[in-house]
Amino acid sequence: MNKNYIITGLVVFVLAVLSPFWFNIVTTTQAMPEAELLGKSKTEKKCVLDKYEMRANHMSLLDEWRDAVVRDADRQYKSANGHSFNMSLSTGENSCLGCHEDKAKFCDSCHTYASVDPYCWECHTNPKEIK
Amino acid sequence: MMKKSKRSFLKVAGIAAIGLGAFPAIHFASSDSHGTAHAVKSPNEGALLAHRWGMVIDTNKITDEVAENIVTACHKAHNVPDFNFEVDEEKYPNTRPVNHKQEVKWIWEEGFHYAFPDKEDEFLAERFHDLPFLVTCNHCKNAPCVKACPTGATFKREDGIVLMDFHRCIGCRFCMAACPYGSRSFNFRDPRPFIEETDLKFPTRSKGVVEKCNLCAERLTKGEQPHCVEASEGAIVVGDLEDPESEIRVLLNEHYTIRRKQSLGTEPSVYYIM
Repeated sequence: MNKNYIITGLVVFVLAVLSPFWFNIVTTTQAMPEAELLGKSKTEKKCVLDKYEMRANHMSLLDEWRDAVVRDADRQYKSANGHSFNMSLSTGENSCLGCHEDKAKFCDSCHTYASVDPYCWECHTNPKEIK
Repeated sequence: MMKKSKRSFLKVAGIAAIGLGAFPAIHFASSDSHGTAHAVKSPNEGALLAHRWGMVIDTNKITDEVAENIVTACHKAHNVPDFNFEVDEEKYPNTRPVNHKQEVKWIWEEGFHYAFPDKEDEFLAERFHDLPFLVTCNHCKNAPCVKACPTGATFKREDGIVLMDFHRCIGCRFCMAACPYGSRSFNFRDPRPFIEETDLKFPTRSKGVVEKCNLCAERLTKGEQPHCVEASEGAIVVGDLEDPESEIRVLLNEHYTIRRKQSLGTEPSVYYIM
């Protein structure tokens, strides 16, 4: 009977196609690191956008900020939630690093996990690394 | 059992696909987040503004000492590498020695004959032969570098400053070939090992990027005068060329001034009081 062959074949096929899932079930994978909020960012409780949007879209926001600062000389950003920020990655109190003080635990932990390697820090300076 | 035709199945599948496709949009519309759409961007309060920034350099007031102070102040604040600086071997091991033709500079001293080659008179007043002339980016009205840049990394800001977006520079150096003043430098090397003390208020550059004077755009926006002006003991004035009441226009009105290579038609915004 062909029916048995077909069904066995299908089962083998489905098992094979889903093999990455089986692999992940039996092996332990490193959980996605939570960006650690330290220092000022822990108590401030306000960011430019809400947490999930920042997680997903911070790169577009930084891109927008860069154009605004460099091309239009706009440096102040009043976000939709009413808070004002200094559009800067690493300079001044009200910049990204001014609040999220620890680059290693805030930026690098996720970037390393996601194996993305943005070149921000080839030029921008992390105050902690310089000292 | 209900018999389904292929046609009706495809219809349902099609509608379902549209629904799935529209889901993210509906989800976004129903969320109370406004994203970046309602954000307001504005200049700093107290920023110095102008219709067209320009600079006047009083050559009578520039001595060797003042010139040196100006160059140092500018280069220090903008993290311009100094290739005479001895590299910290521990921090940057195996740094190759530097070819000094690859020097990076934003503002520097130049002899009259190099700064003003078209004003080479037969009997030029002797004092001009060894006066230091400070030269920098002229922030030209018709900047040839802006036209040459294929990526838009170099652009003219509305207030007349010829500025660079270092992020967008691909290091093709067309701008360097286009600039008749040699105002631009290329980073043949990673500049960081050659910066004695990194100023945290300004980024460094990376290898493969062109750089030049930015008329201290980062200071003007905070309401501060450029570094060269502060270090110049009154020899350099920066202001609005389009405002007839401004200090710079008064100076231009009262003194005879020249500009570098005017005949090229780039309309430099840096004037020299002779």
